[in-house]
Amino acid sequence: MLDFIARRLVAIIPVLTVVAVLVFLMLRLTPGDPAAVIAGDNATSDQINDIREKLGLNEPIWTQFAIWIGNILQGNFGESFFFKKTVAELIAQRIEPTLALAMCTLIFAVCVSVPLGVLAAYRQGSVLDRIVMAFCVMGFSVPGFVIGYCLIYVFAIELGWLPVQGYIRIGVNFWQFLERMVLPSLTLSVGFIALISRITRASVLEVLNEDYIRTARAKGLSSRVVLMRHALRNAAVPILTVIGLGVAILIGGAVVTESVFGLPGLGRLTVEAVLSRDFPTIQTVILMFSVVYVVVNLLIDISYTVFDPRIRY
Amino acid sequence: MKMMRRTLAALAAGAVLASAGSALAQNNKVLRFVQNGNLTILDPIWTTAYVTRNHGYLVYDTLFASDENNAVKPQMVDKYEVSPDKLTWTFTLRDGLEWHDGKPVTSEDCIASIQRWGKRDAMGLKLMDFVKEFKAVDAKTFQMVLKEPYGLVLDSLGKPSSNVPFMMPKAVAETDAFKQIDSQIGSGPFIYVNAESKPGEKHVYIKNPKYKPRSEAASGLAGGKLVKVDRVEIVEMPDPQQQVNAIINGEIDLIEQPPHDLIPLLKKDKSVQLIDWNPLGHQFVIRFNHVVKPFDNPKIRMAALLAMRQEDYLKATVGEPEYYKVCSAAFICGTPNAFDAPNGLLVKPDFEKAKALLKEAGYDGTPIVLMQSTTLPVLTNTAPVTKSLLEQAGFKVDMQSMDWQTLVTRRTKKDPADKGGWNILHTFSVAADILNPIATSYMVAQGDKSWFGWPSDPEMEKLRDAYAKETDPAKAKALAKAVQDRALETAQYGWIGQWYGPGASRANVTGWLKAPVPVMWNIEKK
Repeated sequence: MLDFIARRLVAIIPVLTVVAVLVFLMLRLTPGDPAAVIAGDNATSDQINDIREKLGLNEPIWTQFAIWIGNILQGNFGESFFFKKTVAELIAQRIEPTLALAMCTLIFAVCVSVPLGVLAAYRQGSVLDRIVMAFCVMGFSVPGFVIGYCLIYVFAIELGWLPVQGYIRIGVNFWQFLERMVLPSLTLSVGFIALISRITRASVLEVLNEDYIRTARAKGLSSRVVLMRHALRNAAVPILTVIGLGVAILIGGAVVTESVFGLPGLGRLTVEAVLSRDFPTIQTVILMFSVVYVVVNLLIDISYTVFDPRIRY
Repeated sequence: MKMMRRTLAALAAGAVLASAGSALAQNNKVLRFVQNGNLTILDPIWTTAYVTRNHGYLVYDTLFASDENNAVKPQMVDKYEVSPDKLTWTFTLRDGLEWHDGKPVTSEDCIASIQRWGKRDAMGLKLMDFVKEFKAVDAKTFQMVLKEPYGLVLDSLGKPSSNVPFMMPKAVAETDAFKQIDSQIGSGPFIYVNAESKPGEKHVYIKNPKYKPRSEAASGLAGGKLVKVDRVEIVEMPDPQQQVNAIINGEIDLIEQPPHDLIPLLKKDKSVQLIDWNPLGHQFVIRFNHVVKPFDNPKIRMAALLAMRQEDYLKATVGEPEYYKVCSAAFICGTPNAFDAPNGLLVKPDFEKAKALLKEAGYDGTPIVLMQSTTLPVLTNTAPVTKSLLEQAGFKVDMQSMDWQTLVTRRTKKDPADKGGWNILHTFSVAADILNPIATSYMVAQGDKSWFGWPSDPEMEKLRDAYAKETDPAKAKALAKAVQDRALETAQYGWIGQWYGPGASRANVTGWLKAPVPVMWNIEKK
């Protein structure tokens, strides 16, 4: 197992290298010059060039890349062109809302989608199954921001139960924190619930046709025990895989959801950085998202062994 | 026992009500304000961003300020005098001015602040051309000695919008003008609370208890800056729809300028009011690139101007006539320098004349590269209108859509339009930035030193210089008209409509001052 983890950790290096090169090149090839943005409306060409020089943007592209990678290896992620803070400081300031949103969404989505998927499989062809499947189609089809606005209209504007926007840090006031997490988490979890429910239903259906399930039923075990102990456990591997892959949905969704609900997280930081061509911030945040994605999927791979003893690394 | 329970219950209810009352009172002392964009840069001299300018007005004070009628009045300055030869200006600061760290505001601080501003701002740069030297006479008095008389000394020092000559402590003002400052110590009516401010979330300001407001009533940006709340929070909320939802729900108190398409929603809600805090409004601009074909030819530029119809732009971008004005004056209708353009130029298009002019100029049908910004909603619809009008005049137009930052980068390129350059861009200005020929950067015609598009016209520069030196208001007005006429004669650029954007506030918020900048003093929450 340790050997497997070590090999997977080593495999992160080429992945991150490819991501770093791609992000770096894409930013440099995209139109838009941070120096022109910084210089403002009244700057002359000479002043813009001076700023480019100070930011190191006049260096050859590979020199810029080498400097950036060299700094990252030393733990220096650079300084934002605009925020007058180091990128590490910026990320530290913005990570809590994104983590909170991701955790609330993940917990809520798993708690809702797995039982829904299991029930839909168990009652295949029933009204419940059709409702779950219809919800899944809707969840995949309707963009997150539309769901967000609908939820806001109903629960915040019409009913007045929840605030429209904003974020209160967990350490400041836990209840106000929860209050402000409900709508964003619901919004972000709709697509996630649709995905996990469908996969859960399909996996459980497949398992329910296996001989050992028939045997379990023949032994007189209750439906609950058959479903939870025999079917769900054996169907867990594809479900876990989808949850891992769904982290990408969470990251992408966070960008939109944080903007709609005014959450000061990494998703909004990414949008702000892209719009202002803040290269150091964009590069580091995307690299960090890649690390998170790879590590989460590694953890998911490790968790397979818990659910399926046949899997050994 | 029952009695005791009742007493305890009454006490508990009383405590709850008292705490609710105190929370309400506390809430009434906090003003939550959403601006048109995120506040990321805190140096109002380093950037022209209006959100940073607004931050500047909270934290810093100015030597002079313009009142509701755009008249420049002393602010930090107690008195000033001009020598008979109009070369030496002596300024004396008010008593008791202090920085937020408790140190006194001195002449040296003000001199360093003017000098830093003079390296970045268009009006500051012009003023510095005329300044021979600064002299600190004593801690509260300083002199500005000019090389020759300059008619815009007070207009420059009382410039209301970006970049505003804010006063900073000398140590801060000595920062390179092209580097951001590190400190937020000012002498303004609010103190920036760095520890509680989180970029991307909110910026926190508390009332400056030591601020000494002037005795006059507040008017525009001038007069007594009386602070009536304990705390201002600038809440970062990028989505305009959410801003509207939040103010309806009572989560914020003020929105700087909701988009026009959301105004009907706000009008319907009785808990919200719309306030015309910036009565001068804004102006749309069409800018030609003078250094590449075909707009290097003045006849072709004139043909384009002949095709302009302001109302088309205003209908497409603003919509409601209540919020726009067809105005052919370059220096904003309703101000002393407002003059109508001759022959209905910019208001009534003359496509036949434009076509004839194009033929005469030998326009070969090369497509005009028109840059369209798709990320600034107020500008997005200007380019399609230009495309349609120019095509009616016989131009071929290649409209290229891009985000604002790409446009900002591309506008710096002087390459031919088909090799990554451009021919036309649109922008807009707050009216307060363009009230005279010196403040209006679009009027500069010094080639490379001009605003993007780089017009070069020695005659225009002579007129602008004459305006700058003129100290007689009547003669200065005539020169302002001459500058506008010259700009139209050479088709230097086009002003294509004046528009207004009201602010929104909760109905219990009063005292929002009419000024070119949304300011937080004088505002009360009831």
